[in-house]
Amino acid sequence: MLTTSRKQELANTDVFREGIRDGIPIGLGYLAVSFSLGIAARNAGLTPFQGFLASFLTNASAGEYACFTLIAASANLIELLLVTLIANGRYILMSCSLSQKFSEETPFYHRFFVGYYITDELFSIAIARKGALNPYYTYGAVLLAAPGWAFGTYLGVIAGNLLPFRIVSALSVALYGMFLAVIIPPARKDKIIAVLVIVSFLLSYIAAYSQIFAGISSGTKTIILTLLISSVAAIIKPVREKTVEE
Amino acid sequence: MRYSNYTYIIIMAAITYAIRVLPLTLIRKPIKSVFIRSFLHYVPYVTLAVMTFPAILTATQSPIAGGAALLVGILAAWLGASLFRVSVVCCAVVFIAELIFIR
Repeated sequence: MLTTSRKQELANTDVFREGIRDGIPIGLGYLAVSFSLGIAARNAGLTPFQGFLASFLTNASAGEYACFTLIAASANLIELLLVTLIANGRYILMSCSLSQKFSEETPFYHRFFVGYYITDELFSIAIARKGALNPYYTYGAVLLAAPGWAFGTYLGVIAGNLLPFRIVSALSVALYGMFLAVIIPPARKDKIIAVLVIVSFLLSYIAAYSQIFAGISSGTKTIILTLLISSVAAIIKPVREKTVEE
Repeated sequence: MRYSNYTYIIIMAAITYAIRVLPLTLIRKPIKSVFIRSFLHYVPYVTLAVMTFPAILTATQSPIAGGAALLVGILAAWLGASLFRVSVVCCAVVFIAELIFIR
């Protein structure tokens, strides 16, 4: 007879393997997408190591991208703080949602490690699991996803210097492609989100080219527009049902 | 004042970690405020949309290529392509469009 703790260890090993399996496509995708993030980092004047470090410590596409544009603009730290908060605002929601997914029997310290890697993709595969989240599943997926993200950024900073401009130009839109892949499928399912995306495009376009916003940085424009549009949407179309998941 | 790149990176990483770990460790019950819940529900879509357009038009050598990538990317995502595929398709569109429009 196996002891309970031995059984638990074996279960954790299996779950860890499942995490690795699901982490493979995510890691490959990250490698490609973070390459373009590395190009943005290079344009902002970061060294390859700084790009690697930023991605290894932060694991956030939009947040890192916004931060790099702020570095390029020598922005002040208040701006950095606000932009980081805004660009990563969705992780607050995901984190709230994941907190409900933990079993009370799972040791508390796991929350500090799982929290380190809440990304759009890791969140979506974690929330898709049946029952309580076994943290070893996330650890398995992170094993490939995290190096993919960090080394992709590293390579982007290095190879961005070597690649012909056509390739750099093409890879520069990979990140926007990823953003579209996050916002468009929910917009297809939910008319309110579809309207929000269109309104956001329009107002963002106006903000970029109108004289009224001429002196304001793109990071601050993102904050103002996000607060404005999301607040109005929350007032006009409050989400009544319990749809915490993306 | 110009700060070191490391200052930016460390602050970004610290704030991002705090955002991710604080709700997970502090909040044990669902958020009750409908406004805050709704606001947070909409934030990701609005932020990403605002950051994508019109920035995608100036990310490439030619705005036509960026615009084409936007349209094809939306179509691909609409049809259910994965994150990875949408990214690759956008890159391919830009590459081909710039072969035509930039010599």
